[in-house]
Amino acid sequence: MTVQAIAMRQTPPQAPSPPQGAGTAIDCRGVTVRFTTERGTVTALQDVDLQVAAGSFITLLGPSGCGKSTLLRVVADLIEPTAGSLTVLGDKPSVARERRDIGFVFQDAALLPWRTALQNVTLPLEVGGGASRPGNRDPRELLALVGLAGWEDAYPHELSGGMRQRVAIARALVSGPKLLMMDEPFGALDEITRDRLNEELLDVWAKTGVTILFVTHSIYEAAFLGQQVLLLAARPGRVRELVPVELPGERRLPVRETVEFVQLAGHLRRVLETC
Amino acid sequence: MSDHALDPGAGLAGAFTDDKAAQAKFLAHQRRLLWRKRILPVVAIAGLIFLWWAAVEAFDIKPFIAPSPVAVVQTIIAKFGILMTNLLPTAIEAVLGFVLGNVAAILIATAFVQKKTMEEAFFPVAVMINTIPVVAKAPILVLLLGNGMEPKIAIAALICFFPTLVNMTRGLRDVNPQALELMKVLSASQSEIFFKIRVQNSLPYLFSALKIAASTAVIGAIVGEWIGSTTGIGALIIQATYNFDSALLYATIAVGSTFSAAFFGVITYAERRILKWNVGRAV
Repeated sequence: MTVQAIAMRQTPPQAPSPPQGAGTAIDCRGVTVRFTTERGTVTALQDVDLQVAAGSFITLLGPSGCGKSTLLRVVADLIEPTAGSLTVLGDKPSVARERRDIGFVFQDAALLPWRTALQNVTLPLEVGGGASRPGNRDPRELLALVGLAGWEDAYPHELSGGMRQRVAIARALVSGPKLLMMDEPFGALDEITRDRLNEELLDVWAKTGVTILFVTHSIYEAAFLGQQVLLLAARPGRVRELVPVELPGERRLPVRETVEFVQLAGHLRRVLETC
Repeated sequence: MSDHALDPGAGLAGAFTDDKAAQAKFLAHQRRLLWRKRILPVVAIAGLIFLWWAAVEAFDIKPFIAPSPVAVVQTIIAKFGILMTNLLPTAIEAVLGFVLGNVAAILIATAFVQKKTMEEAFFPVAVMINTIPVVAKAPILVLLLGNGMEPKIAIAALICFFPTLVNMTRGLRDVNPQALELMKVLSASQSEIFFKIRVQNSLPYLFSALKIAASTAVIGAIVGEWIGSTTGIGALIIQATYNFDSALLYATIAVGSTFSAAFFGVITYAERRILKWNVGRAV
């Protein structure tokens, strides 16, 4: 990647892409979210336009209070936008949610402590009429997919932080969602575990073909995982830039030592400093 | 997912090596700790009883002021029949009051959590009733409910009610907000959220309250029997006191306390069986 290429990146986001077709997973147009509290009204997101192609992996990067988590929650129908329109897989978010097209992985894994690993993964099949959907996957197979074969009967308190997040990922995948929302899932993990889970998440993404929106505070994580990095600015939360990630070769950990990766990370850092 | 299946922090499988001697030493140490935990309270109680006996002998304390432990044990053996006949009504009152008070508290806590306005209206009422001393509640309930078992059951129930109400309300409400978001993402119904999340979440809180209630229910029944009752541990305490029969008084107290401790033990055992996931973590 040349210096010129980086300079080109610094131009503002491209014109809105064409209207959603079969290949668009998420289409946000002018999405604004405001919260009113006793201290006043906060604009968590302002006029967010975002088109996410099906099957892509987008990382969301930005300072605290830039509305990264809010954006995930709007897509997952946990928060209603104050203004703007939003379609998820061609429908309203609530419709996509009821169809179980959306999986969510939370910051602290949010496993139910009274359920074993396997029972946690099975939860989505027990509630909300999730039992008899064609897309459902075998909970045991998914636990094996995330490297937890043999830990089915362990309770969350018997698992490490990284293992808990693996269970949470398996749980999010059990209904066979087309979209996976990940809200800083590896933020509380040590760096080695985090690196390992980063690589493994890319494997899961390749094997399932799921579209992933991944919130992170880490520049390196954002650059390593994403096909595109969505940079958000704070107060009010808004899209600053959508940076494509072009890295040579396979997306394995050593790629972080390439010149291209270092330059990209440097660019992200410089933009982030002004957000 | 990959060849390195586990995190370094938890991938202990490879961290263990087989050292039989060290393992045996470790297990022996664990066993010693366990026996120490069992034996020390027994030794402490035996020591205190010995001190009591020694004090009565050394200072020549009159039996009606404080009986010697020997006299208390003799009374328990001699009057075992009377003590048991009196324990039975107290036990029935305590257990029924326990069930009634806790069931009521659980139902009302459920209502509080479902409807915030209910809590806002009635929680202050519950607090006010709770501030009335038991000795003042007892005559009121005897006047209202007569002289049978009913007022005692009511007192035991009232005394159990408040701790369970507070704990249960908290347990049903203080759920991990991300767990609730998860249920929303899963399009779970209100009843699914209630039974799969809230009820499960409340169980450790409930058991804490039940353990308090197990001993206070017995106290409630005994206090209820102080007013115009002819049978029961409470009535026997009053009788023994008026007759200056301090050995019988102490024997009665010992029987009541033993029952109370056994009741507490049953609840603790149930907690261990039902809350495996939580007990393991608390230790």
